Parts: sequence; C-alpha cells; structure tokens
Amino acid sequence: MQRIGVFVCWCGSNIAGTVDVQAVSEALKNEPGVVLSTNYQYMCSQAGQDMIKAAIAEHKLTGIVICSCSPRMHEATFRKTAAAAGINPYMVEIANIREQCSWVHKEMEIGTEKAIILGKAAIAKVNLNTPLTPGESPVTKRALVIGGGIAGIQTALDIADAGFEVDIVEKKPTIGGKMAQLDKTFPTLDCAACILTPKMVDVGQHEKIRIFSYSEVTALEGFVGNFTATITKKARFVKEDVCTGCGLCTEKCPQKKVPNEFNLGMDNRRAIYIPFAQAVPKVATIDPDHCTMLKTGKCGLCAKVCTAGAIDYTQKDEVIKEKYGAIVVATGYEPISMEKFDEFAYNQSKDVITSLEFERLTNAAGPTAGKLLRPSDGKHPHKIVFVQCVGSRCENCAEKGKEYCSKICCMYTAKHAMLTRDKYPDTEVYVFYIDVRTPGKNFDEFYRRAVEEYGVHYIKGMVGKVTPEGDKLMVQASDLLADKQLHIDADLVVLAAAIEPDKSARPLATMLTASMDTNDFFTEAHPKLRPVESPTAGVYLSGTCQGPKDIPETVSQAGAAAAKVIGLLAKDKLTGNPCVAHSDELMCNGCSSCERVCPYGAITYTDKEFRMPNRTTLIRRVASVNEAVCQGCGACTVACPSGAMDLKGFASEQIIAEVDAVCK
Amino acid sequence: MEKTNEALCKEIIWNSGVNPRKCMRCGKCSGTCPAYDEMEYHPHEFVFMVENGDIEPLLNSKSLYRCLTCFACVDRCPRGVEPAKLVEAVRLAAVRQQGANHLKPDDIPALLNEDLPQQAIVSALRKYNK
Repeated sequence: MQRIGVFVCWCGSNIAGTVDVQAVSEALKNEPGVVLSTNYQYMCSQAGQDMIKAAIAEHKLTGIVICSCSPRMHEATFRKTAAAAGINPYMVEIANIREQCSWVHKEMEIGTEKAIILGKAAIAKVNLNTPLTPGESPVTKRALVIGGGIAGIQTALDIADAGFEVDIVEKKPTIGGKMAQLDKTFPTLDCAACILTPKMVDVGQHEKIRIFSYSEVTALEGFVGNFTATITKKARFVKEDVCTGCGLCTEKCPQKKVPNEFNLGMDNRRAIYIPFAQAVPKVATIDPDHCTMLKTGKCGLCAKVCTAGAIDYTQKDEVIKEKYGAIVVATGYEPISMEKFDEFAYNQSKDVITSLEFERLTNAAGPTAGKLLRPSDGKHPHKIVFVQCVGSRCENCAEKGKEYCSKICCMYTAKHAMLTRDKYPDTEVYVFYIDVRTPGKNFDEFYRRAVEEYGVHYIKGMVGKVTPEGDKLMVQASDLLADKQLHIDADLVVLAAAIEPDKSARPLATMLTASMDTNDFFTEAHPKLRPVESPTAGVYLSGTCQGPKDIPETVSQAGAAAAKVIGLLAKDKLTGNPCVAHSDELMCNGCSSCERVCPYGAITYTDKEFRMPNRTTLIRRVASVNEAVCQGCGACTVACPSGAMDLKGFASEQIIAEVDAVCK
Repeated sequence: MEKTNEALCKEIIWNSGVNPRKCMRCGKCSGTCPAYDEMEYHPHEFVFMVENGDIEPLLNSKSLYRCLTCFACVDRCPRGVEPAKLVEAVRLAAVRQQGANHLKPDDIPALLNEDLPQQAIVSALRKYNK
C-alpha cells in the first residue's frame, strides 16, 4: 500500500479564487492510501517545495499528488523535489486544477467539486504507480544543417567553432542563399556580398564543416542524438574535387540560352555554369536539362577545354548515409508568385518586376552590371512606383497571397527607393504603403531618411491597377490622405512580393515529424520561451523557415539555434523518457499490429525461445520495443489485440483506475 | 416610421453581409475604382463611414448611384471586405425609404445583355429608381 501525500496549491488567487482549497484538501484526506493532505499558497515556491520534502521524511511518503497547474508547467519541478527527498520522481502525479478547472469555472462550488474529482483520479493513479528509471542513449557528436543560406551558414560556423563537426546540405550548386542575390543591406547599406562572402569562405575552409552542395536530404530516421540521414548528391557531371573553378568551360559552352536563375531569368547563362563569382564550392555544374552532350551525345566541348579533366558525363547521383546528433532546419524562403496578380500586369509587362528582381537590376554582378535599366527596352526609367504589401496581409486571397505580414518589405523598399534617388537624382520615386512598419534598431530613422533627405514620395494608399500603355505603365492608385485618385505614368513598377517558406519545407517537416503552421512555417516549441527549437526533440530552427525575418534577426536566431545544438552535442549521453511502451512476451501473439501502427519504427520482432513443460522449448515470434526510439504515444497499446503492450507510467489499469475515480 | 441611425447601420451591414471592421485602410478599392472621379464618397470612405455609423450623408449622396457595380473593388480587396456590396446595401436602404422601384421587373428583359452580370441587373432596379 502506498503512503500518499496530497498537496493542494492556491496559486495565489489563480486557483483559490474559484476553488475552495481547504475543502479540497479535507475531502482528499480519506482517499485510499492518503496519509497527509494539506494546502499552501505557492506549492512551486522554495517554501512549498521544502514543505513537500519535510512531509516525505516525516510521513515516510511513497507517492505524491500535487493539485496545481498543468503538468507542462511544474511537473518537472515537483519530480526534482521528490527525487531530492529520496523518492522516485515518477511517483509524483499532478492533478491539473488550474488550466482545466479554476480557470474555466466561475462558480466556487462547481470548481471545488471538480478539483476534488481530479484529485481523486490522481490519487487512484499514484496507488498503482511504480518507480521508473529512464534509459540512456549515446549522442552522435555531429550536426546536420539543412539549407546553406545566411541562416545555415551562421549556425554551421557557430557549431563548428565550438569544436563539433557540421554538415551543410544545400540543394543549389552553391551556398549563399537569398542573401547572395541581394545588392545592399538595410539599414547600414553595406554590400550584401561583401559581408556574406567572407562567411561563405570560412564555411568552405573550416576543417569541421563539410558542404554537400547540389544535394538534398531524401530520408531521415532515428531520434534525438541518433539521427541517420540519407543525403542524395545530385550528379553535377563535374568532379568536385578536381574542378578548379577556372570558369573556362562556362565561357566556351555553346548552349548560351539558358535562363539564369541567379538573376531570376533576366539574363542567360550557359548549360555548364558557376552560379556567381564567389560561389562556394567554386565548382562548375552541368544543367542536364540544357546540355547538348547529355541530351544528344554530341558536343563535349567543356570536356575538351577543361585543363583539369574534371568533366564526367557519366556521373550518377550519389547516396550518402550519415549519422547526426542534432538537425538544424534552415530552408529559408521564396517570394510568392506574382502570376495571379493580374491587376499589377506582372505577366503583361517586363517593366513590372519584383523587389528581388530589382535587387539584381541594381547589383554590379547583375544582368545590367548595376545600371538601373528597364528590362523591356534597356532605357533609364524616370518614374518608378514601388507597391508594398503585394500578397502580404491578404485575407481573402488564400490562393493568391498570404495572411501574414512579410516583415522585410517595408525596409527593403525604403532601401530601394533611397538608393535609386541617391544614384539617379533625376528620378521620381513613389512608394505606395498601407502601413510603414519599421520596428528595429535604426530602422525608422532609415525610412525617415528616405523621405526627408532623399525626397521619396511616400503615399498612403494602394495601387488599384497597372495598365501598360505604349512604353509607359499607367498606375492608378489612391492617395488616402489627400483623398484623391492618382494616375501616374510610370516607367518601372516594383512589387514588394510577399515571402513564403521554401517548397522543400513541407516534405522535410514530414520526414522530421516536425510540426508546421498552416502557412508551412515550422512551429517552434514555445513561441516565446523556446523560439529556436522544434517540438520534435533534436530538431532546431534557424532563419525564415520559422517565420519572416530580416538578416540581423536571422543571424541572431542562427546563433541561438547553434547554442542549443552545442548544448546537446556537449552531452555524452541523453536521458530518455521512461514512460515508454513495454511488451509482455508471454502474452504477445506475434501479430505485428503494433509494428504497423508505430509512427517511430520503435518496434521490432524477434524469434525467442520459450521453455515449455517437460524440458521442451518453443520458438515464438514476439515484439520488443526499442526504448530509446519509443516516444510513448501509446498507439501500440490500443492496437495490440492480446493486451501484451502497455505503456509504463500510463498503464491501462492506471488509466481505468483514474476513470473509475472520476465516475465514482 | 423613421429608423434610428443605429438600426439602419445594422440593417445595412446585415444586408450586405460585409464586415467593415476587416478593412485595414489600404485604399486599394479606391485605387481600382473606375468611377472614382464621379464620386463624392469613395469606396474606402463607404466602408469606414458605415463602420462609424455615418449613414445619413451616404444616403443623401449621389455617389450611391455612381457606383458601376463592376466589382473591381470586391475582386481586389486584400481583406475580403467587398465594398461594392456595402454600396449596394446602402442603395437598398435608400430605396426602401423612398418606396417602390422605378424600373419595373417587366422592363428588364428588354435591357438584358448576356455580358451583364446578374448582380448588375439587380442593382439596376435600385439604381434607376431615382
């Protein structure tokens, strides 16, 4: 028989306001096994915990019931208290009389009655609790970073600098991500490449970092500390370790009409290419969709000019399996498609462009060598209209836009407007805004500079439609403050397109069993207190895969994710959760039902020898649970037809005892 | 019997099925409106005047009959506020205060044109009652 102590918490007035705590502790005094029942203002306080410890010693308690807040809040606290006083932490049960009782009831009488019932259920369970000991699992001291943009780069560098091995998997031929495509960065206007490329070089040269470029994670299994990733390295038809990146092949390739994705299709590249001058790894890649040699077998010019002999037309995709202790998701974002926004004539005119296209148009390495020229006729534009919130904050157009604010557009539009006026004082620049959101260090000052020093016309209102007329774009918009409809004959229209998570994020989340929100952004374990961890143990989030972010914020989050990974990899062993499934081999009939429903692959079947009467033996197929992999979801216990599977700490008889106590 | 302003406002919101509180004041409706210059009160003003219960000036304004019911504002509003439906509801309120429609249902078939949206036919009943 257990000797149970019941401790009812007031939680100030949070519980005591709607639950008569005195009545609850009185009512629970006579429950089976209870030797002590008391109440206190703040059970989680030091004084409250000391009270529990003293009671354990004085009354020789073997089980504890705390009637307090949700176990998510303080279960760990009270388990530690119990352990410190010498009893098994799994002999502690929490009856949630705050979130599930006092907070949802208004009347004292009803609240008290329910609190008593919840307390009785917890007592009934503790009577059947058994001490549990968690198992341990080793930690593979290597991290996997998925995505090689600024988020992935920073996370990888921080982890590697702490002395752990890191692999970066990047689906493009080079790391660098979106930041490599940007021209200048707000609010200091330093050149994106100048601050990014040294970091890319650091990654490339770091002895602890391996880059798998042009590669994707195609399968993942395992659990925190022991993940196994399958990485598919796509054939680039160039030997990575032999290519010197001289670029001769990219000049000689006769296939010149391949849209250059790095410049968003605004110019062409060859079929063999290096995305940009500072690419890491600086290795050429053959685009199999456009290479004449790969398509028809006739050409081979690149192989002829390559002095290093790096070209290999027979290269195949390579599959690599590697073990990791932690995984960081840094898959980043894409601007949304403008195809469906007919009102802005994006499909009708080449001179209606997105902000990312504008970045390339003003970049010295871009299609116009940094001169701001209209994509249609190469002329210098004089009137430029920027439209903000295109597809952002869009409630009704789920198939077109996004409900959230994309966060970065206000600042980059201010940057574009300012730089345009600075470089080309002969231009008239209009920015149509709904709200200007600039909450960041030196951000509002930056926007005000665009208005006050550079004379950018900020107009409160939205563009209703853009109509190409001759070589002009007729912009019809409202000026809400002047209460006027404006008609501007613009030369160039720039749309601040909303951003969305990269398309690869959703399948990756499925592989990782990491949760996502309705917009496909990864969900953090806690929006305030655990912002860089996924609810899935061992999976961390870095950058815009978790939500729209600018570079400063991405870098800080990347560092935070790295710190969490370092904290995990620094451990030699991880303590598991002892509340896992357990199979009673004598009852198991080997049907495989549990194996089929287990979402974690924790159940395996083995043939086992059983002693039978008269010195005979019998070989039977029985289930066994890998306790390190099992997450204690309980699916197998429901699926098992013979009742052989049970969950430690949540055994069927314990749950039934709780239900009985509630229904009594 | 004259309705109170509050009752009228509720009726307009109910009839239109529009929630003017969803408006985020972006002005895209007025930016897109082809009849903007003809109007005293513009689509975005309709929305916040109804929201603020400022119905009287709308009822008496010619703007009510300048709306083409082209639905460009409904199509392009990023928040799904649907200003044209609100204009239509205010128009209905004005008609109900004045009595019968001037355009008779029997007159409609002669005016039909296959490009004409149904909503426009219904709204024509109210528009031409002045």
